Amino acid sequence: MEAFKSHRGLIATLDTANVDTDQIIAKQFLKSIKKTGFGEHVFYDWRFSPDGKPNPEFPLNQDRFRGASILVARNNFGCGSSREHAVWAVHQYGFKAVIAPWKESNGLRIPGFADIFRSNSTKNGLLTVELSEVEVEEIFQMVNRYKGLEATINLEEQRVTLNLPEEISFHFEIDQSIKEHLVRGLDEIEQTLQHENAIKAFESRHNLQFG
Amino acid sequence: MGKTLFEKIWEQHLVTSRPDGTVLLYIDRHLIHEVTSPQAFEGLRMTKRRVRCPELTLATMDHNVPTVDRMNIKDPISKAQIEALTQNCAEFGITLYDLKSDRQGIVHIIGPELGLTLPGTTIVCGDSHTSTHGAFGALAFGIGTSEVEHVLATQCLVQKRPKMFKVEFKGKPKPPVSAKDLILKLIGTIGTAGGTGYVLEYCGEAIRSLSMEARMTICNMSIEAGARAGLIAPDETTFNYIAEGNRPFAPKGKNFEKALAFWKTLPTDPNAKYDREIIIDASQVAPQVTWGTNPGMVTDVTGKVPEPNQVPGYSAKDVEQALAYMGLKAGTPITEIKINTVFIGSCTNSRIEDLRIAAKIFKGRKVAKNVQVLVVPGSQQVRKQAEAEGLDQILKAAGCEWREAGCSMCLGMNPDQLKPGERAASTSNRNFEGRQGKGGRTHLVSPEMAAAAAIEGHFVDIRNWKMG
Repeated sequence: MEAFKSHRGLIATLDTANVDTDQIIAKQFLKSIKKTGFGEHVFYDWRFSPDGKPNPEFPLNQDRFRGASILVARNNFGCGSSREHAVWAVHQYGFKAVIAPWKESNGLRIPGFADIFRSNSTKNGLLTVELSEVEVEEIFQMVNRYKGLEATINLEEQRVTLNLPEEISFHFEIDQSIKEHLVRGLDEIEQTLQHENAIKAFESRHNLQFG
Repeated sequence: MGKTLFEKIWEQHLVTSRPDGTVLLYIDRHLIHEVTSPQAFEGLRMTKRRVRCPELTLATMDHNVPTVDRMNIKDPISKAQIEALTQNCAEFGITLYDLKSDRQGIVHIIGPELGLTLPGTTIVCGDSHTSTHGAFGALAFGIGTSEVEHVLATQCLVQKRPKMFKVEFKGKPKPPVSAKDLILKLIGTIGTAGGTGYVLEYCGEAIRSLSMEARMTICNMSIEAGARAGLIAPDETTFNYIAEGNRPFAPKGKNFEKALAFWKTLPTDPNAKYDREIIIDASQVAPQVTWGTNPGMVTDVTGKVPEPNQVPGYSAKDVEQALAYMGLKAGTPITEIKINTVFIGSCTNSRIEDLRIAAKIFKGRKVAKNVQVLVVPGSQQVRKQAEAEGLDQILKAAGCEWREAGCSMCLGMNPDQLKPGERAASTSNRNFEGRQGKGGRTHLVSPEMAAAAAIEGHFVDIRNWKMG
């Protein structure tokens, strides 16, 4: 897997909460038995009108977001189906990172990303960054104000910086296991196979019939 | 301090702790299907890795299979996917229940049916509705294709310990209110991300009173609240389900007795602690109907399509977008929403009990004019059982279409799809935009509500309606 240390790129914004993986990659594209070719189908039903023409209203079809590599959306991005095809589609379209806000509800923290999507992203080198709602709102406003706004995401420093004359930057929290996995670009299966002795020992004492 | 059911299963499956705070968790059962496995097998081939425990892996075909004339798949890409699974299972020595097998069906229907799903086990599958198996007190959750490859190669998963969320349903639901209404009520209450990062443990009088089929409906939709897994402590209902019926993988005789003694140690200890708790009064829950484009956008059947600025947890913009997609006006009573398609099926509601309920309501009645009803049993075993009981005859006489087993219109990967603008009452689990067909509009309901809507052509409050 490709390592992720730091990335600078154009920001695209998608002002929608609860973006589900059915929306990210529609069912008709799940029949492929390959791991490639999903990028062109990302957000298909939103990007294309029923006649097959690009929908000019959809942000990713707008000139200002052409070539974007950082996607900023609203809370609960990637909910629903576990299809990893959704991550392949976002990544292969050209995004290196997705930013979504965590939010507070009745004193509890609601994560910015759905669990399985975040886990799938990590396995593919796609970084998911959680910021606060206020911070994400500020990015939306800055993107509206400054055409072509880019950001630098430094994973090692856990920092998102908007590349403006007057620098705006946000610190983000990330699970240390996810950070290490991405920064080092690890092969998780290879790592687990190094625990062969522990797995064997477990199997010898674990009664599968009864759990 | 006492332990929760989750903690017991978690600790019994810890292979080793990793320095970064994650653990290696052992997986007892790995279920696979045609859509999320081909890239995992390809990964194994590229790295020259083997399947560590083919005997703990079981495959079936469900997501893209046609429900009529299924041996003759017309879509060449679907066919290639089915063929890839056949070839991969043969190459790696994995048991496959294919389209010729009378054990084929939706992966989450056949696991329990076969006796593979047992209390205290860990179960994973490349499908988010793997949470279904939690109804047996198994820790079961959906995984991505990279994780499918990881489990195939190592029989383990790298996991971070989730938090525990106790969901207590006190009182009993008043029939015809059923399990589907309880879980939709919960999702409407905590939101579609309210359970993210948690395992939900369902408990309380309502849960104890439910059958295994109904408990599976509840656990199935845990993921719609954001939780990867849902759990219900095993009890006599669970043990009887496993002991009865033809379940080739379930322990028998002396082994059953030994297993039973172990299963009885699993329920949460009285003084165990949860990270979060909620209590819902099941006796006060009304039949639920979704009005929007995610399962949290739901209301009582007596309610109205909401005003955009009056939905807690959603921005006015999100609600407006949902109502525009659904073709609904704020203020419309739910019972005035007309439907033209009814889907009774999916891993949420396609078990024999669901079909019995549907048949009871359809008996001696007719489907409303211009309404198409698809009844898709969850497995070939359910289909066979339903036919033995004559349910298919009742359903067909009412005007329903009786199909073969698969995921069907729940996700529309096969030819069973809504057309743009069509509106469905569906017993499935997701009302996302385009989920059941591009431009299709989905209202999630219980089998009782779906059958009544099929007969009347619009939603009805089944509490004031002659159920048959």
